[in-house]
Amino acid sequence: MRSLLTTNAELVITIAKIAILLFIVLTVNAYLTWFERKVVAHIQSRWGPHRVGPHGLLQPLADGLKFFFKEDPTPAGVDRFVYFLAPLLALALALTSIAIIPFGPEPLHLFGRDIYLGIAPLNLNIGILALFAITALGVYGVALAGWSSNSKYPLLGGLRSSAQMISYELALTMSVVGVLLIAGSFNLRDIINAQAHHPERGIFGWNLWPQILGFFCFFTAAVAETNRVPFDLPEAESELVAGFHTEYASFKFAMFFIAEYTSMITVSCLCAIMFFGGWLSPFPASWTFTHYLPSVILIPFGLWVIMDGLRYETVFGRIILPGVGTVLTALGLALIVLPQFNNFIQAPFWFLSKVLVFLFVYVWMRGTLPRFRYDQLMAFGWKLLLPVSIVNVILTSFVILAKMQWGHQ
Amino acid sequence: MTAPLIVFFVLAALAVIGAISLILQKHPIHSALSLIVVMVALAGLYLLMGAEFVAAVQIIVYGGAIMVLFVFVIMLLNAGVEEHTSLSKLAGPPGLLLVVALAAFVAATIAKSGASVQTAAQTGALSSTKGISEMVFKDFVYPFELTSFLILVAILGAVVLAQREKS
Repeated sequence: MRSLLTTNAELVITIAKIAILLFIVLTVNAYLTWFERKVVAHIQSRWGPHRVGPHGLLQPLADGLKFFFKEDPTPAGVDRFVYFLAPLLALALALTSIAIIPFGPEPLHLFGRDIYLGIAPLNLNIGILALFAITALGVYGVALAGWSSNSKYPLLGGLRSSAQMISYELALTMSVVGVLLIAGSFNLRDIINAQAHHPERGIFGWNLWPQILGFFCFFTAAVAETNRVPFDLPEAESELVAGFHTEYASFKFAMFFIAEYTSMITVSCLCAIMFFGGWLSPFPASWTFTHYLPSVILIPFGLWVIMDGLRYETVFGRIILPGVGTVLTALGLALIVLPQFNNFIQAPFWFLSKVLVFLFVYVWMRGTLPRFRYDQLMAFGWKLLLPVSIVNVILTSFVILAKMQWGHQ
Repeated sequence: MTAPLIVFFVLAALAVIGAISLILQKHPIHSALSLIVVMVALAGLYLLMGAEFVAAVQIIVYGGAIMVLFVFVIMLLNAGVEEHTSLSKLAGPPGLLLVVALAAFVAATIAKSGASVQTAAQTGALSSTKGISEMVFKDFVYPFELTSFLILVAILGAVVLAQREKS
């Protein structure tokens, strides 16, 4: 048994990583729905979910239970194989894309091995291309769901979304070419390291500044690719009931839902990696006092959670919330006491903070912007985003060429 | 049996089954789905040979863009079950004959070359993205530009056809 474990150690570690990441992603997904409802509610001067658990924190759990126990009818006349395949495909592809994202530069030293954060191997030289390949297949989940439901609104939603995704995929791919030219690699780790050449510049060393056009195109195209407001034409409820997933109920609907939120997380990670320095700190490297920032955030937040939990009379409020608060405070104190651990946590801390900011922007846009009309959407993609991203590629290559010619004299 | 060989047989079987199912399926969407399985299995085989870039492009271009267009058109035209005309029924026997001839030719070529079949990752220019880009943009730059010109002509033709329909 022991020898079997050591000979297949890589395999065992990878499977463990997949299980852990899957657990984290699904939990984050559940609480992203809570986050979205809360933020949109506050944008609209409402309270949002607040009945199930303190601050509505148990709402995702209740929703999940509801998905499990609801009746799951299959409409008459559906193409059964494709009807069942579509949600599986959507969910599987969305979850696979997370596997490519690296979460930190330094390995964890456990059991005498270096365990890197992220599932994909370090030398995955087609990193970004592999992500685009998975996104390219993601269209089928939506298109096939719309077609197989044997109903007119899902069909229209499916058609709209496939047209939209094909159109915006082009702009999405073109807009990152500038970043790839600067980094000279498809590997996501190399792309982040290429932004760390001037550690003293901090935030000004990121790809965001030379590639501001590319970032604009990328983020817009990415929002369209994930079918979110203001580009959520495939599920425009005032026109198409619920679009491609109208005929799906219960857990099959939940699978589409999880797929959508997972692709939101992937796109936010990608934005952080390509344009916002990934796990790099926004401060100059010599400002070592900024390393205490995680503790400065964690300790007051933990204390606040303890105080807040004690106000409640329920079990969840009285016991679990103070428990979580104690853990957070202890973690913050441990980071101050153990500098080694603190240094390790810096990169994932910044990476996750950036991802959180992008997720907030997603929700913020949903609370603010109205939906595009369909012809406006197509014109915007083909007549603005695509030309701008091509101009960005040409400009970037000229600047790089000029630097190569006259830069190093 | 080594691990790459097992993966090879799985992917190869998937590709062959997908190709057969492509022909036997009655509904156009099911045929298109089978073709996607073939494309993805082929991409897996490229990956197995160490041609990462070719594998990714195979999925992006063939599995993604082109097959999405196929599925899109089938959905848009709402194509029903395949119809058999007298001519399409006639195509069976000659087709079978051609399949046997092609298989024999490929088998004979492999047998004659005498080299053992490789399933492990290959090294060299084709395996790296840099090598491919150097071949396309340095050694074969004129054929490459000519091909892109051909595609441009095809796009112009499509635009002209679409415009004529409108007026």
